[in-house]
Amino acid sequence: MDEIQEALTKTSKATKKDRFGRSVSLLALILILAVVISIFWFVASKGLATFFKNHVSLWSFLTGTKWAPGQVDAHGKPLVGAAPMIVGSFLVTFLSALIATPFAVGTAVFMTEISPKRGAKILQPVTELLVGIPSVVYGFVGLTVVVPAMRHLFGGSGFGVLAGSMVLFVMILPTVTSMTVDTLRAVPKRYREAALALGATRWQMIYKVILRAATPGILTAIVFGMARAFGEALAVQMVVGNAALMPHNLMSPSATLTSILTQGIGNTVMGSLENNALWSLALILLLMSLVFNLVIRAIGKKGAM
Amino acid sequence: MAEKILVTENVRLYYGEKEALHGINLDYRKYGITALIGPSGSGKSTYLRALNRMHDLTDYVTVTGTFLLNGEDIYAPNMDTVQLRKQIGMVFQQPMPFPFSIYDNVAFGLRTDGVKDKAILDEKVESSLKAAAIWDEVKDDLHKSALSLSGGQQQRISIARALATSPEILLLDEPTSALDPVSANLVENTLIQLREQYTMIIVTHSMSQASRISDRTAFFNQGKLIEVNDTKKMFLNPDQQMTQDYISGRFG
Ligand SMILES: Nc1ncnc2c1ncn2[C@@H]1O[C@H](COP(=O)(O)OP(=O)(O)OP(=O)(O)O)[C@@H](O)[C@H]1O
Ligand SMILES: [Mg+2]
Repeated sequence: MDEIQEALTKTSKATKKDRFGRSVSLLALILILAVVISIFWFVASKGLATFFKNHVSLWSFLTGTKWAPGQVDAHGKPLVGAAPMIVGSFLVTFLSALIATPFAVGTAVFMTEISPKRGAKILQPVTELLVGIPSVVYGFVGLTVVVPAMRHLFGGSGFGVLAGSMVLFVMILPTVTSMTVDTLRAVPKRYREAALALGATRWQMIYKVILRAATPGILTAIVFGMARAFGEALAVQMVVGNAALMPHNLMSPSATLTSILTQGIGNTVMGSLENNALWSLALILLLMSLVFNLVIRAIGKKGAM
Repeated sequence: MAEKILVTENVRLYYGEKEALHGINLDYRKYGITALIGPSGSGKSTYLRALNRMHDLTDYVTVTGTFLLNGEDIYAPNMDTVQLRKQIGMVFQQPMPFPFSIYDNVAFGLRTDGVKDKAILDEKVESSLKAAAIWDEVKDDLHKSALSLSGGQQQRISIARALATSPEILLLDEPTSALDPVSANLVENTLIQLREQYTMIIVTHSMSQASRISDRTAFFNQGKLIEVNDTKKMFLNPDQQMTQDYISGRFG
C-alpha cells in the first residue's frame, strides 16, 4: 500500500523528461525571441538616426529622388531620397511575381492534375533542385544570358528593371510552384469526385473547383515569392544596373533597396550620415518583410473561414 | 410491363486482377427508390459507381457487362460521360459542398453546362433547394458559405446540387450515415418527397431506412446479388434464407 502511495506521489521519470523537454524548448524560444528583438532594435536605432540625429525629414527621405548621401542640396540638406530604390524594389518584385504566377500555377496544375506521375518523377525533383541553387548562380546566369538578351531585344545596356525582374522571376518560380503544388494537393480528393459526378469536364473541375478552393493557398505562395524577391540582393545587384535613379522605363538601369545596401554598406563609416541612411533602407526592408508576413497571415485567416 | 429506365446485365468489375462483382443483373423502372443493402465489402458502392462511370477515374478498374440507360449503352465508346453524369446524378456519403456560397454550389452543374442567364439560374437554384427541402432554411442567406451549414443541411445542399441539372436517376451512397438521427430523418423525408419524380438508387446500412423509404430492395453479398424484391416482401418474407439471416441481423 505504502509503496503505491510513494510511487504515485513521487514525480515519475516520464514527468521529469517532460519537464526537461519543455524547459529546453522554452529556452530555445527565448533565445530566438532575443535575437529577433535585438535585430529589430539594432536596425531601428541605426535606421531612425537618419531622422533624429541627422535631421532628415521622413517625407523627403521617402519621396526624394536624389540619392547622394555625401552631398547636400541648395538648402544645405543632405541628398538622401530613397524613392528610386523603393520604386525599383517594388517594380522588380511585382513584375517578377506577375510573370511567375501563370507559370507557377500552370506547372503546379500539370504536376498535380494532368500528369501526376511524370510530375512526381521529373518536375518535383527539378523544382526542389532549383530552390536550392544559390542566388549568385542565378545572378551569374542573368549576367551572361538575360542581360545580353535584353540588350539584343530592346537595345541599351541591357541592365535594368526588366533584367532584374527576369532573374527574380526564375528565382522565385520554384518556390511559388512548389508551394502551389502543396496547396493543390491539399484540396480534398472528394471535391474532384463531386465535381466530376456533377458532370463537370476535367478542365472545369480544375479551374472551377480546385483552383478556386486553392486560391488562398496560391495567394500565399505568391506573397511568399514576392517576399523573397523583395529581399533578394545579390542576383538583382548583378543585373539591375545599380544606378540610384528613378526608373523611367523597364530598360533603364536602376537600383533596389537591397542592391544599394549591399553595395554601400562596406564603404561607409559607422555613425556617419551615409551609413545611417543605408540603415534606413534596411529598416524599410525589415518593415516590408513584416508587412508580407502580415499579408500571409491575413490570407491564411480568410482561407480558414 | 412498365418501361425500364436502366438495365444492368451480367455486371462484372475487376480491381486489377481481383473480381469484385460477379455478374449482377438488376434493372429499374422509372421513379421510386431501390435500396441496395448488404454487409460491408459486398460491392454495393462498387456497383453504384459503375452506373455513372465513376470508375473511369481509376485506371486499374475494368468493367464488363451491359448497362443501358433508356436503351443506350452507357459504356459505348462515344458516350459523353459529362452528359451521362448530368442524367445520372450522385450524392456521396460525406456531404461535400464546395467551399463556395450555397448559391454557387447549387448553380455549379448548370454553369458547367454553360447556363449564364441569371433568371434561369435563380429559378433553378430555388426549385432545386425546394425539392431538397432546404429552401426555407437557407433562402435568406444564399450567399453564405455552404461550409457554414450543419452536416444535415450540407447533405441536402448536395442533393439540391445534384438535382439542379435535372437528372433522371439519382445515386446515393449511404447519404445519411454521416449524419445525426434528426438530420438523417430530414434527408429521408426529402428522398420520400422526391420519389414521385426521380428514379433513385440508395445504398444503406440501415434496415429501418431501407424499409421506410424504398419500394424495392436488393441484397448484395460478396459481390453477388442474392435477392431483389419488393421491399415489403423482402422484409416480411424473403425468398432466400441468407436474406432472412442478414435482415434479422444474424450476420454482416
Ligand atoms: N479502389 C479499390 N481498389 C481495390 N479494391 C477495392 C477498391 N474499392 C473497393 N474495393 C474492394 O471491393 C470490394 C467491394 O467494396 P465496396 O466498397 O463496393 O463495398 P460496399 O458494399 O460498398 O461496402 P461498405 O458497406 O463498407 O461501403 C471490397 O472487397 C473492397 O475491398
Ligand atoms: Mg460503400
